[in-house]
Amino acid sequence: MKKRTRTRVYHYTVYAVIVALIAWAAASTDWPTVAKQFANPEVALKMLPGIITVGLKNTLLFTVESFLGGLILAIVLALMKLSSIPPFRWAATVWIEFFRGIPALMTIFGFALMLPIALHVKVPGGPVGAATLGLIVVSSAYMAETIRAGIQAVPKGQTEASRSLGMSSMKTMFFIVLPQGFRIIIPPLTNEFVLLLKDTSLFFIAGATPLTYELTTYARNGLSTYANATPMVMAALLYLVVTIPLTRLTAWLERRMARER
Amino acid sequence: MSTDLINLSAPAIDIQGLVKHYGDNEVLKGIDLTVTAGEVVCVIGPSGSGKSTLLRSVNMLEDPTDGKIVIEGIDITDPDVDIDRVRARIGMVFQSFNLFPHMSVLGNLTIAQRQVKKRGKTEAEKVAKEMLERVGMGHKADAYPSHLSGGQQQRVAIARALCMNPDMMLFDEPTSALDPELVGEVLQVMRSLADEGMTMLVVTHEMGFAREVGSRLIFMDGGHILEHGDPREVLSNPQHPRTQDFLSRVL
Repeated sequence: MKKRTRTRVYHYTVYAVIVALIAWAAASTDWPTVAKQFANPEVALKMLPGIITVGLKNTLLFTVESFLGGLILAIVLALMKLSSIPPFRWAATVWIEFFRGIPALMTIFGFALMLPIALHVKVPGGPVGAATLGLIVVSSAYMAETIRAGIQAVPKGQTEASRSLGMSSMKTMFFIVLPQGFRIIIPPLTNEFVLLLKDTSLFFIAGATPLTYELTTYARNGLSTYANATPMVMAALLYLVVTIPLTRLTAWLERRMARER
Repeated sequence: MSTDLINLSAPAIDIQGLVKHYGDNEVLKGIDLTVTAGEVVCVIGPSGSGKSTLLRSVNMLEDPTDGKIVIEGIDITDPDVDIDRVRARIGMVFQSFNLFPHMSVLGNLTIAQRQVKKRGKTEAEKVAKEMLERVGMGHKADAYPSHLSGGQQQRVAIARALCMNPDMMLFDEPTSALDPELVGEVLQVMRSLADEGMTMLVVTHEMGFAREVGSRLIFMDGGHILEHGDPREVLSNPQHPRTQDFLSRVL
């Protein structure tokens, strides 16, 4: 047998095995039960529109809040890390290493349950407000390093040109360096947004009321109410409706930036 | 504030005993140089001679290790001096242009006017357009730097510095990054600035420009000023052996 023929036979064999496996799985699946348990129109109708108007809405709201809050905090942390004053650098490093090093679930738990007990403070917004604060802190620790890298990627000549025009170091940072740095880090920041979107599913640890359920909790509630997995499938699809366009957008931005260089 | 004590009868630039180290590397070994208003002083020398460091020290982009730099009567090495206010009066042009790529040409020319000089939008744009005309770039106000040739970018960079109405201009090898056919347009702009009486300190490899436009020529090597005088004189009849050697290589 020729080498080319041999390769072809090998490929067809692999395809045949894969097709056979799928066919076997499809044949041995109990389709009526699957349809009833995972794609039940009756249950789906009962979940609508709440899973969107409450679940998805809250997930998006918490994500945007955590992202924006985290972004502002991350800019401060990045500037502290680049500061010429050592205690600023140390404090930022401790913050970043600590909150990147423990699970997000624990940080949210800490803000929602430990902090109020320890400090006798009431976080505005109740458990959900505390959970949001926790996620802001988590995202700030992740984004700080990204922003620092973005700032450092801006050529030194830009700072020199700005300073030589008499612009202060503060104005140089905000008008010249940060806008250019942010352009460079839009793709990693979009990824961070997607990660945060999924991390809002950790809010359950803080405890919530039906109106503040985010998507996963809302779906889990439906799961136990109707003893049916359809709500979870719906939630998964709704996550994908948001995340896939975002990751596609990131890929497109990365390609465009690669072309510009 | 000490920056209010501008003394226009003092020399534009007065450098006294300037020393600069990078770690163990001594780049400037005691430079004395005075530039009076209206002079065009050209600095030449081999790479690594310290000429760029000298120029960059004049607006404190390099922090001197020792010595004094006095701009119009103000010692800018004094840490209490508001360096931003002094820098606003010293225009600087870089080898690599350093235009702000995220802003249009007009944005490049108005940002510092608005943030530092506190000019309104209309006034800043009026000044910007005037300066663009002056460098022959009036038709490119809305373009972005990446769409301009090197020579065009450098002329915009000169206009950007002029928008601050500086008392003097520093040029750090302004034509070294340009394709040969684009050098002329930039030198032309610099020549017209000199003709209008601008005080200029120019680090350059353009011996023709130094000879025709310069009022004084300085040759630097190894962190010292080795020779110093009328450009025609120095270029045609160099005294120091290092100058003779350098000029024989570049001319």
